[in-house]
Parts: sequence; structure tokens; C-alpha cells
Amino acid sequence: MTASTLTPAPVAPAAPQPGRRARRRRENLAGYVFLSPWLLGLLGITAVPMLISLYLSFTDYSPLIPLTEANWIGLDNYRRMFTADQSYWHAVQVTVTFAVVAVPLKLACALAVALLLNRTMRGISVFRGLFYLPSLLGGSVALAIVWVSMFNRDGAFNSFLALFGIEGLPWVNDPDWALSTLILLAVWQFGAPMVIFLAGLKQVPSELYEAASVDGASPWRKFVHITLPMLSPVIFFNLVLETINGFQGFTAAFVLSNGTGGPVDSTLMYTLNLWIAGFVDLNMGYASAMAWVFLIVIGAITVLLFNTGRFWVHYSDNEER
Amino acid sequence: MRFPFRLLALLLILAVVLYPLVWMVGTSLKSPQEIVNNIGLVPREFTPSNFSEGWTKFDVSFGRFFLNSALVSLLTVAGNTISCLLAAYALGRLRFRLRGFWFALMIGTLLLPGHVLIIPQYILFRSLGWVGGDWPYLPLLVPQFLATEAFFVFLIVQFMRGIPRELDEAAVIDGASPYSIFRHVILPLSRPALVTTAIFSFIWTWNDFFRQLVFLSELKDYTAPVALTLFIDSSSESAVGPMFAMSLLSLIPVFLFFVAFQRLLVEGINTSGLKG
Repeated sequence: MTASTLTPAPVAPAAPQPGRRARRRRENLAGYVFLSPWLLGLLGITAVPMLISLYLSFTDYSPLIPLTEANWIGLDNYRRMFTADQSYWHAVQVTVTFAVVAVPLKLACALAVALLLNRTMRGISVFRGLFYLPSLLGGSVALAIVWVSMFNRDGAFNSFLALFGIEGLPWVNDPDWALSTLILLAVWQFGAPMVIFLAGLKQVPSELYEAASVDGASPWRKFVHITLPMLSPVIFFNLVLETINGFQGFTAAFVLSNGTGGPVDSTLMYTLNLWIAGFVDLNMGYASAMAWVFLIVIGAITVLLFNTGRFWVHYSDNEER
Repeated sequence: MRFPFRLLALLLILAVVLYPLVWMVGTSLKSPQEIVNNIGLVPREFTPSNFSEGWTKFDVSFGRFFLNSALVSLLTVAGNTISCLLAAYALGRLRFRLRGFWFALMIGTLLLPGHVLIIPQYILFRSLGWVGGDWPYLPLLVPQFLATEAFFVFLIVQFMRGIPRELDEAAVIDGASPYSIFRHVILPLSRPALVTTAIFSFIWTWNDFFRQLVFLSELKDYTAPVALTLFIDSSSESAVGPMFAMSLLSLIPVFLFFVAFQRLLVEGINTSGLKG
């Protein structure tokens, strides 16, 4: 590499000072050599596209015309989004509903199963692995296809209901129910937060439970006053992660609606709406504006979560935030 | 006795959780009539023709789609492990100017949703002739060779911080350069983190849909997930069996990874909070 040519040899070999300085300079250079692919990516794949996107959000750019011919239309895209575009607000509503319902349900399932698994008994790791399997497979197109078929008119779910004499609906084609099937698919993937909860549960000192037992505390009180507070950093971590992921759900909604967000826009997730605006309607200026609002909202939610976290997340004394 | 209750509850939940997967396997082997009529999990008459029918359903065979997926996934694994390792070594072990600043930026990109950048990236890659060109996978692969997957940089940095500093210091006293420390000390010791990165890279890319949907424009270049969506377009009753058969095949590589590396995957999300 260029390191040897750019680093001057120490002039006075006996003196320790220049040697150390040369070494520091060499390490400085090495730092940038190792960092260079990442720096290039940061610039070319992230920073410059972000700026292009910001610029585009003030234009009516469509991929059918050269970038230089895009018209500057000021805040029109944002105005349209906030005041005129019904389906935009619908997408916001669908996305928020999805996140607000799916994330707590998923975390509750994850915590409940983690509590059931938090025992030393034979076969626990097999259970843990099998519960985790849906998290590995669930985000794929293949599983979304299976899921949608399962909640079709003659899918497995209705066969199950038929056992009890209930006649089911074509759930995925019903605007009132389609989003619920997507929520269930998200909840089904509770394994990843469950594994994190399990690791957290192992960290809770058993003396706390023993002391509580001596005082005659019920299992419920132990759960509320020991498990939940001790687990709050992990709950918080899962909450942030799952919320951010929840807002970005795309694949399952795409598969269910064949890329339209239907039936009647009931699965029009934000990212799906953005994709339709950019790659179906070819209105990339407008889609860029959507992307920027999305970025700002996700950032705001993260900040909000971190701020409210202060009130309920309990960190042990010896542990820094 | 609480113990049997616990086991019973776990078995019940497990049955619910695994049901869709078992149902998928069963349905992929059913004839069109049985898919409608037979509620049970096991087909009365095994119909392996679903697989051959699905395989050749479109103008390009599914063999090609799977090869495309494998190519993209394996090259992504190479790109991610190499580039993220290099970045992590700099950010985790070397002292250089503005390191804190770059590290903060890396953490910032950790939470950046990929959907936000897709449009300008599409415009950029298209203007470079990469979309639908002779090398249709450049838009999918180039970012991976530039360490844009910050999760993995972070994961490896965290791991490297656990490697004792004394090892570097001893090497420095012996006159080793940052490059030879990297080669002879850090690289061999970072193997566990690299294996985790490689496995998650593979699974994520194999399952990824959004970027592949946006950047692949020609049928022959389609990866398996994009090709699977073609079944939804032609969603006649007779296509359900072949659609399930191909869906099942597409999940097998991830399932094999799960079987082979189960422990490592579970530990991987423990140490880093990575999602599956």
C-alpha cells in the first residue's frame, strides 16, 4: 500500500519522540485506508442520494425525463401530501394501526413465551430454536404467500373454524380484516424478541426472587415488582427495534394486495404507498417527499421513545446508560 | 404440579406456531382438487408434479431464479464480511482523526430506513447504466461491498472491543504495523463475528424483496422472491400447488442454515439484537 511511501522514516532513530509521532501518523493513515470503502459508501450510497432525494422532493421529477429537466415546484409535493392526497393519509393510518397493534401484541407474546421457557429443563433449547424459526422465515415472499393462502376463503384458517361450525370470511379480501392477517403474521414472528427477553431474564439475580419469596410475595407481585423493572431495558430495546421495523413493513402487504395496497387500500402500508408513487405512478419527486417525511417521523418516534424511556426504564446502578 | 402445565402450554403454542409451515409442506403436495376439498394436513394422493410444474411455469425456469438468488446472496456475504470487517477494524481498534465523528455517523445510519434512499439510488444506478444492464446485480451488490450495512459494522466493532488491547500493544512493541496487526491478530480472532455476519447476510439477502423488486427489471435476472410474486399475478386455482411447491423450495436454504447454525443464530441476536 501507500503507507510506506507516505510515512517518512524516523529521522533520528535513537530519539523516541519522532518514532511515536511517526507511528501515530501511520495509524492515522491506516485508519483512513481501512475506513475508505465505508467512507465511499457513506458518500455515494447514503449521503449524496439523501441530498438528491431532498432536492427531488421539491420537484416534479419523473424517470421518463432527464434529471436536469425536472421542474422546481417548491413545497407543492408536501402541500399535496398534507392537504390533498386522501390515500396518503390513509396509508399513514394503516401504518400506524399496524405498528400500534402488532408491536405490543408481538412483544407480549414474546415475553409470555420467554417466561414459560425461562426454566432449566431438558429440551428448552429445542423449543427456543423452533419458536425462533418464524423470525427467520417470516419476512420472505414465500411465507407471505403461504400466509395469504391460509386466510383465503378455502384456506386453513377457515377449515379450522369449520370444525366449530363457524363459516369464515375470505379474510384477505375483506377490507375490514386484511390488515389483521398482516398483524397476525407479524405477531407470529415473536421469536426474535423472545430470544432477547430470555437473555434478559437470565440476568435477573435470583436473590431478588428468593428475598421476595421469604416476604411471601405472590408470583404476580414478583412479576410486576421484580421481573418487569429488571427487564425494562430489554423491553425498551425490543420496543424501539420492533416499532422501527413495524413502520417499514412492505413484503407481506405487497404480496397480499399484489402491489396495490388493496382491498380498498386497507393494506396500503407507508412504504408500499411510497413504492407505488415512485415506481408505478413514476412520480419520483412526490415519492421523495414521502421518503423525507418518513425519515423525519421515524427519527422523531425514536427520539420520543428514548425520552419517555427515561420514565420507565430502570437501569441497574452498576450499569451505565 | 406446575411442570406438566408448562410443558403442555409450550407444546400447544408450538403446534400453533409450526402449523403454517406444516400446512405449506402438505399443500405443496396436494392436487388442485385436494387443495380445495381436503382440510387435513396430509394429502390423500401425493402430487409431486406440483414441483415440476412450478419449476417450468414461466419462460425462465426456477432453476435460474434460484441460481440468481444464490449468486446475489453469496456475493453479498463476501461483500459484507470483507467491507464491514475493514470498517470495523478502523472504528473499533485504530486511533485516527475524527474517529468519534465517523463512528457517530455509522450509528446514525444504523436506524436509517432503506426505503428512504431507494429512489435516489435507483436514479443514480440507472444513470450509470446498472439497472437492467449487462451486470444487473451491480445495484444490489455495490452497496454491500461498501459496508453500507451498518448493523454488521456495529456487530464486528462490538466483538473487536472484546479482544484484549494488550495483544495489539505487544505487537506494536515488536514493530508491527496496523496492517500486520490486522492480518495476524485481529482477523484470526474476529472469526466468530465474521461467521455471524456471513450467516445473517445470507439469510437477509436470500429473503430480501424490496431492493430486488426495484432493481431487477428482466425476467431472466429475477431472483426467487421476485419470481414468486409472478404466481400471485396468475392466481388461478390450478397454480396454488406449484406456487406452494416453489415457495417451499425457496425456504429450504434458510431452513438448512437454521438447522446447521441454530445455536449461533440465537446467540447472534443476543449479542447484537439483530433481527432474523
